[in-house]
Amino acid sequence: MAGGTGSAGPANDPRPLFGAYGIVKRFGTFTANDHIDLEIHTGEIHALLGENGAGKSTLMKILYGLLEPTEGVVTHRGAAVRLRNPEAARRLGIGMVFQHFSLCENLTVAENIALVMERSLRRAALAERIAALGETYGLKLEPDRPVWSLSAGERQRIEIVRCLLQDPKLVILDEPTSVLTPGEAELLFTVLERLRGEGRALLYISHRLDEVRRLCARATILRGGRVVGTCDPRSETAASLAALMVGAQVREVAARPAAPGGDERLRLERLSLPAPGLHATALRDISLGIRGGEILGIAGVAGNGQAELFAALSGEIPAPEAGAVRIDGTSVGHLGINARRRLGAAFVPEERNGHAAAPGLSLSENVVLTRRATAPLSRFGLVRRAAAQALAARVIDAFDVRGAGPDPAAGTLSGGNLQKFVVGREIQAEPGILVVDQPTWGVDAAAAARIRQALIDLAARGCAVLVISQDLDELFEIAGSIAVLHAGHLSAAAPRAETTREAVGLLMGGSSGLPSGQDGPVDPTGAIARAEIAHAP
Amino acid sequence: MSLDMIQMVLVTVLTAATPLIIAALGELVVERAGVLNLGVEGMMVCGAALGFAAAVETNSTLLGALAGAGAGMGLAAVFGLLTVGLAANQVASGLALTILGLGLSGLVGAGYVGQKREPAPHLYVPGLSDLPGIGRLFFGQDAFVYAGLGLAAGIAWFLWRTRAGLILRAVGDDHAATHALGLPVRGVRFFAVLFGGACAGLAGSYLSLAYTPFWAPAMTAGRGWIALALVVFASWRPGRVVAGATLFGGATVLQLHAQAASIGLPGQLLSALPYVATILALVLLSLGRRRGGSLAPAALGRDFTPHR
Repeated sequence: MAGGTGSAGPANDPRPLFGAYGIVKRFGTFTANDHIDLEIHTGEIHALLGENGAGKSTLMKILYGLLEPTEGVVTHRGAAVRLRNPEAARRLGIGMVFQHFSLCENLTVAENIALVMERSLRRAALAERIAALGETYGLKLEPDRPVWSLSAGERQRIEIVRCLLQDPKLVILDEPTSVLTPGEAELLFTVLERLRGEGRALLYISHRLDEVRRLCARATILRGGRVVGTCDPRSETAASLAALMVGAQVREVAARPAAPGGDERLRLERLSLPAPGLHATALRDISLGIRGGEILGIAGVAGNGQAELFAALSGEIPAPEAGAVRIDGTSVGHLGINARRRLGAAFVPEERNGHAAAPGLSLSENVVLTRRATAPLSRFGLVRRAAAQALAARVIDAFDVRGAGPDPAAGTLSGGNLQKFVVGREIQAEPGILVVDQPTWGVDAAAAARIRQALIDLAARGCAVLVISQDLDELFEIAGSIAVLHAGHLSAAAPRAETTREAVGLLMGGSSGLPSGQDGPVDPTGAIARAEIAHAP
Repeated sequence: MSLDMIQMVLVTVLTAATPLIIAALGELVVERAGVLNLGVEGMMVCGAALGFAAAVETNSTLLGALAGAGAGMGLAAVFGLLTVGLAANQVASGLALTILGLGLSGLVGAGYVGQKREPAPHLYVPGLSDLPGIGRLFFGQDAFVYAGLGLAAGIAWFLWRTRAGLILRAVGDDHAATHALGLPVRGVRFFAVLFGGACAGLAGSYLSLAYTPFWAPAMTAGRGWIALALVVFASWRPGRVVAGATLFGGATVLQLHAQAASIGLPGQLLSALPYVATILALVLLSLGRRRGGSLAPAALGRDFTPHR
């Protein structure tokens, strides 16, 4: 298979453990990787930094044998190797922890691990090895549980255990904290430090600068498929790293919303909702009010009722009492989504693909889906295509949405661009009330800044904005006041100036102040949102 | 009713169930790998025609059965090439293959309409086969019946006890994840499709070599579709496929007797009984079993094209 050099050289071998030189990967006319050089040495945590679409995932797939480079060479201890498939990579000691877990939901933990183990391994012996490894690293797993019943943190544990069982020399981690609660992330960092201490190399892919500065001694920064620099992230600031990643200083979000002086536009009055599903959270006695010009932020760890609260606000799940949800004084608890939209409300759900937009439909068709109630997009039940295309074009223009062609399918857009589009589509309606769930989840810094600015500007024009987010940095940046959703309860909203990240973080973990969600509920929406507690600057 | 009469009924039930068992088990493996093969009926009827033709020409039931399985596998190879290799739509390809199979079988079988053959020999173990009440049932069947039951046990063992079976289930559950681990998604699917086709062909040849030892056009009479439905309602479990097929066979025999005894119900209603009973029983069986996750292979019917 791969013509590797066999066993690892001595620890003081000056040659890099793995090297990638002149890596080029083209998909058709698109160049995902453009002459990338990367060296990874034993005993280091090497960061691979970059925006979405910078080529990180492509490079990592090449290193794991999933993609073959168009040009360039991968070396192991100085000798060129060909990684024809992941098995060849694993044999050379490369392990991988995927961002979107490569786990089969209907198989058990042990079965998922057995998929990549040697053929002769017996079931009992495997369970024993899983238990022993779990003991060593503090990664407890129940081998016979089916994966669908596990939380994101537990799923990642399977990935890590599966990787470590093969005793890898290099572990590639792709955005490992993007789905973890703060407590789970801490646990992960401990494991990573320990792996480095054992003399393994780690390639840590992330766009979270705080984590990278904390863990990594060396970073390679990608932009547009090229290496734009290597540095020691500990001697850089988050701002200077971000500047390298984006290519220019990230635009600071400007102008706070005008002091709330408007009338109350959105009101929840003792809203309670039974849990709509097996893994869902019940809402209990939620009351809040937002005035025009105000942005209310709702913080919380994934799975504490965010999806249910959004559904109750949008009308996807009607409230038990009509008066529990009021828009500009009108009781709308029993009304559907379009009726609420006609009253001036707009909604941006968390999942871009499949909830906010239909991936297979073009952008103009997606405009029709949510805006047919509030814009003249149909006549006698027939879609007015030209009007829809014009509206889509206005959104695309105003929010700098980049895609292939004038009216691409939603699913072909990158995450950041699609998110700009679905937020822009609702903002373009100039709603009186906007409810948005995780507005910048998985979006690159430039797009995130643009979306946040648009929310602030919208509020300044008199809209009542409700932002549900797990990103405390985001909430402290844009929200006028912040409340915390925990286990279906909403805390009282505190003005931003009168609260701190620490106080909000404690509320997110429940009254006990412990980081919750170690074995938290499965995210009911299936799209596991990230939990991010900012490290105090 | 004497013991021997009960045995006679049970023997008929088992023979009526056997083609369904074999075809449905093959389709079960295909669907467990994530491919929906709607061409079972076509592969079955081709197996029946070619199996009969080969058996007549060579005067060997074994060669006939092998030819039947080969015919099913040949059609399945076309299906696999289209759906697994070229990521063509599985539903459309499967339906097209059923139509193709019905046509091909008519062509191949045209010269053999009306010919008769000795049915496949039954097992005879001196002493055992003559045991009153149970001898015929357990020790006097033809080889197809034993093959069908052996297949059920073999497939259950394969799927849940072997590494290859685990990989097959993983491919059917999430082909993207399995591919990311470096497992050969398309290879596994292609072999599963071939296996399913061979089973369908074998089941068809059972019809023309043992069940009714002659060839008649479209003689499968929708059994391929029943096999497909059985797989779904048996929630992709071999044991339940056997149970469902046996129930279907039982109801078929029962309604035949009922019609013969003219109990006053319209014949059409009685003819529908096996279908209704099977679906009802299997629906009841799969109710309440669902606690989460998905009962069906999650990647069923979705095609997969890896980047490279």
